[in-house]
Amino acid sequence: MSLAESVLEGNRLALARLLTQIENNTPEGRKALEELFPRTGRAHLVGITGAPGTGKSSLVNQLARHFRNPPDGKNPRWVGIIAVDPSSPFSGGAILGDRVRMRDLAGDMGVFIRSMASRGSLGGLAQATSGMVQALDAAGYDIILIETVGAGQAEVDIARLAHTTVVVEAPGLGDEIQAIKAGILEIADILVVNKADRPGAENTERALRNMLQLAHPAQRQSLHHGLFMAEVEPPSPQSEKNSWQTPVLRSVATEGIGVSQVAGEIDRHRKFLEESGDWTRREQARLGAELEALLQSTLVSRWKNTISAEKYQAVIREVVERRLSPWRAVTILLDGDEA
Amino acid sequence: MSERKIRVLVAKPGLDGHDRGAKVVARALRDAGMEVIYTGLRQTPEMIAEAALQEDVDAVGLSILSGAHMALLPRVLELLKLNQQEHVKVFVGGIIPDEDVPRLLEMGVVGVYGPGTLTDQIISDIRKAVSARAASEN
Repeated sequence: MSLAESVLEGNRLALARLLTQIENNTPEGRKALEELFPRTGRAHLVGITGAPGTGKSSLVNQLARHFRNPPDGKNPRWVGIIAVDPSSPFSGGAILGDRVRMRDLAGDMGVFIRSMASRGSLGGLAQATSGMVQALDAAGYDIILIETVGAGQAEVDIARLAHTTVVVEAPGLGDEIQAIKAGILEIADILVVNKADRPGAENTERALRNMLQLAHPAQRQSLHHGLFMAEVEPPSPQSEKNSWQTPVLRSVATEGIGVSQVAGEIDRHRKFLEESGDWTRREQARLGAELEALLQSTLVSRWKNTISAEKYQAVIREVVERRLSPWRAVTILLDGDEA
Repeated sequence: MSERKIRVLVAKPGLDGHDRGAKVVARALRDAGMEVIYTGLRQTPEMIAEAALQEDVDAVGLSILSGAHMALLPRVLELLKLNQQEHVKVFVGGIIPDEDVPRLLEMGVVGVYGPGTLTDQIISDIRKAVSARAASEN
């Protein structure tokens, strides 16, 4: 039986091994992903991001518990978790500590947690995160929580990968000017002020609300799409009731307070995406971007096979000596000397 | 391009709450370029085996200061085997009486480290044990 078939049969060991293969970018991993690809696209991908220490892992822990044990007792969902922590830029090693906060999930066969190191990626995820998410999706996990590296202002890769992005803030991390800077707050579909039992929670919440009010909803929507989807198609004109208003919620994740509201908003956002057609548009944008990245790397490696290393080095040398501009060098390398 | 990183689970089973040693070792392994999954205090053997499976680790390092090693280790080894993870190398650090060391090694523990062990020793032992496995697979 192939690795992919074992994964589809629900073999957890096979899934764990496949995730390693994908993470290490091996031919076996790629082959299995190809086999699994038709089975992907069903899971709700939810990104959890925010600064270090805001309580992302604790919130993920509680959200997973909530989806496993819904209050009405109906439809417990399978939960996959991918938690990314940074690799050391010096040794390449990493301490992956997100499981420390996820003790409550131990022993539940409907939960699969995988920690991964960022391995040099700077966008808050690792290179292989998207492939690993696809494997969990194909394996039948209904909702996949993707916890990013503790992110500051510009680690916005998660918005490209996830259907729903939850940005976690905590009191006392910055004044209002932080809230109006570009970047991570703009990608939020849901904003959570965690550690809301601490002093200053009201101020943080107010600053976030003010930030949201400054942007007109319809404009936000198009900005949102303009940022991530412009290459596929321009956003369709949205009526007021068709646009998503980012909610601001409070929680104390370690106590489980406010968690069911966050989970409720996550579900509501999924419903909104499906009804507004955004689900399809996001899928198109995401898969389109993945395809383009794949095309680029394939074309480059294919082209490299057609040119001799000496010629390549010779051109680089000429560029270094300022006898050739980089633009001219590209033309020469691609089209030959005469071009 | 396939890059093979050594993945190690560092866990503290049992009820004692002193994780200084475990953290020092985790940090040293990180500085040696390994990816360390740190699970924290009060882990049951079941939690350790489950985490080792999900994380597909090459080695498990356990820190035990409570004297419960002769109860905890056989259970961890048994569960790893039950999960078809016999290839995972198990290392133990902490307060382990000398007379227990041979028995632990006999059970299948790869290394036992008391106070004063140099972290370099642990690092090179893990590398050796894991590469022996990788070589036997190819």
